Amino acid sequence: MNEHTPHEHTPKGWRRWLLSTNHKDIGSMYLIFSIIGGIAGLIFSIVIRMQLAHPGGTVLGGNHQLYNVFITSHALIMIFFAVMPGLIGGFGNWFVPLLIGAPDMAFPRLNNISFWLMIPALIMAGLSTVVGMGAGTGWTMYPPLSSLTGHPDMAVDFLLFSLHLAGVSSILGSLNFITTIINMRAPGMDFFKMPLFVWTILVTSALLLITLPVLAGGITMLITDRNFGTTFFDPSGGGDPVLFQHLFWFFGHPEVYVIILPAFGIISQIISTFSKKPVFGYVSMVYAILSIGVIGCGVWAHHMFTVGLSPSATVYFSAATMVIAVPTGIKVFSWLATMWGGSIRFDTPMLFATGFILLFTLGGLTGVVLSNGGMNIVLHDTYYVVGHFHYVLSMGAVFGLFGGFYYWISKICGRQYPEIWGRIHFWMLFIGVNMIFIPMHFVGYNGMPRRIPDYPQAFAPMNYIASIGAYLTAFSTLIFLGVALYTVFRGKKAQSNPWGVGATTLEWTLPSPPPYHTFETPPHIGGDLHEHK
Amino acid sequence: MTRILLMFLCQIFALPLFANQPTEWALYFQEPATPLMVRLREFHDYLLVISFFIAAFVFLMMFIIIYKFREKKHPVPATFSHNTPLEIVWTTIPVIILIFIAVPSFKITYMMDHIPKSEMTVKVIGHQWYWTYEYPENKIVYDSYMIKDADLKPQDLRLLSVDRPLVVPVDTVIEVLATSTDVIHSFAVPSFGIKRDCIPGKLNQTWMKVFKEGTYYGQCSELCGSGHGFMPISVKVVSKEDFKKWIEDNKNKKG
Repeated sequence: MNEHTPHEHTPKGWRRWLLSTNHKDIGSMYLIFSIIGGIAGLIFSIVIRMQLAHPGGTVLGGNHQLYNVFITSHALIMIFFAVMPGLIGGFGNWFVPLLIGAPDMAFPRLNNISFWLMIPALIMAGLSTVVGMGAGTGWTMYPPLSSLTGHPDMAVDFLLFSLHLAGVSSILGSLNFITTIINMRAPGMDFFKMPLFVWTILVTSALLLITLPVLAGGITMLITDRNFGTTFFDPSGGGDPVLFQHLFWFFGHPEVYVIILPAFGIISQIISTFSKKPVFGYVSMVYAILSIGVIGCGVWAHHMFTVGLSPSATVYFSAATMVIAVPTGIKVFSWLATMWGGSIRFDTPMLFATGFILLFTLGGLTGVVLSNGGMNIVLHDTYYVVGHFHYVLSMGAVFGLFGGFYYWISKICGRQYPEIWGRIHFWMLFIGVNMIFIPMHFVGYNGMPRRIPDYPQAFAPMNYIASIGAYLTAFSTLIFLGVALYTVFRGKKAQSNPWGVGATTLEWTLPSPPPYHTFETPPHIGGDLHEHK
Repeated sequence: MTRILLMFLCQIFALPLFANQPTEWALYFQEPATPLMVRLREFHDYLLVISFFIAAFVFLMMFIIIYKFREKKHPVPATFSHNTPLEIVWTTIPVIILIFIAVPSFKITYMMDHIPKSEMTVKVIGHQWYWTYEYPENKIVYDSYMIKDADLKPQDLRLLSVDRPLVVPVDTVIEVLATSTDVIHSFAVPSFGIKRDCIPGKLNQTWMKVFKEGTYYGQCSELCGSGHGFMPISVKVVSKEDFKKWIEDNKNKKG
């Protein structure tokens, strides 16, 4: 087969997309899906902030169950239908094969079903908000609130089936990534030559494969409790509501690393490219990613310090959680050392990477505060926690998503984004998100619980600032959508490598956009990829 | 960001605007009213100083990098990518810092869990969406509801004041038993440094010893349905004599 006549093999029309087995097309569909999910999640969050702009908010007509439905949907949609499909399904599918010199994913048809399972999953999640009273359980779905006691109609069942489908999709996708990365690396692409984004996708996939079946078990038990009269989580039948929390967080905590690790990978590659320097301490970066993954599987009960854990369990989970600060610190310092001595271009992707390091550091430090079992009792379930996890996810993972978008969009669609608008988007988003989440720490210290639809007068000024920040963030997202549409349809034609000497990974050796099939004869990787010649 | 952090620190150390209820523009904890919360606040001050220096270090490095290593100022990039001694340093220093955090932290954890000999017990039962307070030794049981907006008196706090607060004596070790009859709730009073989930089928335990009289407020801290924001906790701490009188007054009433 010849790389220069790809068009004969390109399916046309709806068959190209619905029946797609091509990693690039599936990646593009995931990215579009992620943008749609992100817009939906953002709309939910804006309504939440409108409701909370003033005490006694009436945006939702005083329907407090509806408010709970909104916070539930905001979280689940952002996690499962925006960030995961964007970072793993989108960028993972597009760039893992390109970065390791593979012609496609190992199981192209499995890849197709992974994507198309997400559509019914999203539809079910959408239905869970409108059926009956809606699923207002919070994304944590603790029984008995999520049992028949708290939600007697079908809404929660829709939510649980949605999670099952999204879970199956992720498990299949993870199998595909693990197989691809282990077996389909080009000759010479040793494990320790793989770009860091590939490493993060590998560890993320392993985490999903380990933890999703546990979630699936937990929510299946909840489904049978709700529909078939079992009492796994019902104390009146000898069950234990806290058991669900253990099962949920055994998945739920590694899930936050699933979200953040691919963003780490993207940030590493952006920083190396724009500093025109190889990643500092590549090997220790790999071990940091691995150890975050391994330790991350053993810290779940730090979400449960108030349920009445024994003090020795509290001490163990505090200590294990603190230990994660060490590899995370290694990553932050290595990023700084990668930049140190570089010749840095601050284009939009690099602005996002720089913002990521600064804000992620703050989120990490509040994480260390929260890891202390005693301190956590005071701050648990307050807005301090909301501020903390949005610093690491909203400014961490989402900055990774945007950084990856600006970094790779010219490779994906062959057109470059307008630089000035990218920068405007970055600055507005940066100011907006800090305005939202800094005040949340303060009201959290002062005792404002999370997930309340109305609050005492004392919390009014800070919440007002947060709401203004949310409107600014929404406006910056409109700019982003404009930039994205303009780039795809009208953007300047891009060269194969718009970033110059710093961009040393394999995708930049291909034309933009790359032909439908790439690396049909594997490239040979010589020397050390991470040393710039 | 650094400036914001600095302002934050100044606020904390220079303006002790603590109160036993949340206040507008407050940047920090409510006034501690138990020895436990005093310890927790001191511990948090300590964490904040450590966090401040770490954040300041990272921000400072970043500003130096942005200033010195821009493409214009520094056109030829360096080529180094390893420095083993440096990597050892930035692995061991965080470990040492964490040990300095962990030791006092674990002491507090054990202190919270170890209940001194309790002088009385109150039982807290969460419901959708109100609290029931029970004094088992004196057979007093009553419900505590939030005061609705229409019934607020001038001295009441919206969404915090209740019709019948939990009444406890000052300077007394009180064992708090927490449970629920429907979904999970969480009994929390920020000034006391306590928060315990009320779980159906389980009896959770915590304790408090309040050293200052007054009325303290908290809110349910576990999502429990549509009324989650409307089941506040109000604790009235009175002198031991007043408490004895209150017990006598309420003993024979039906809750």
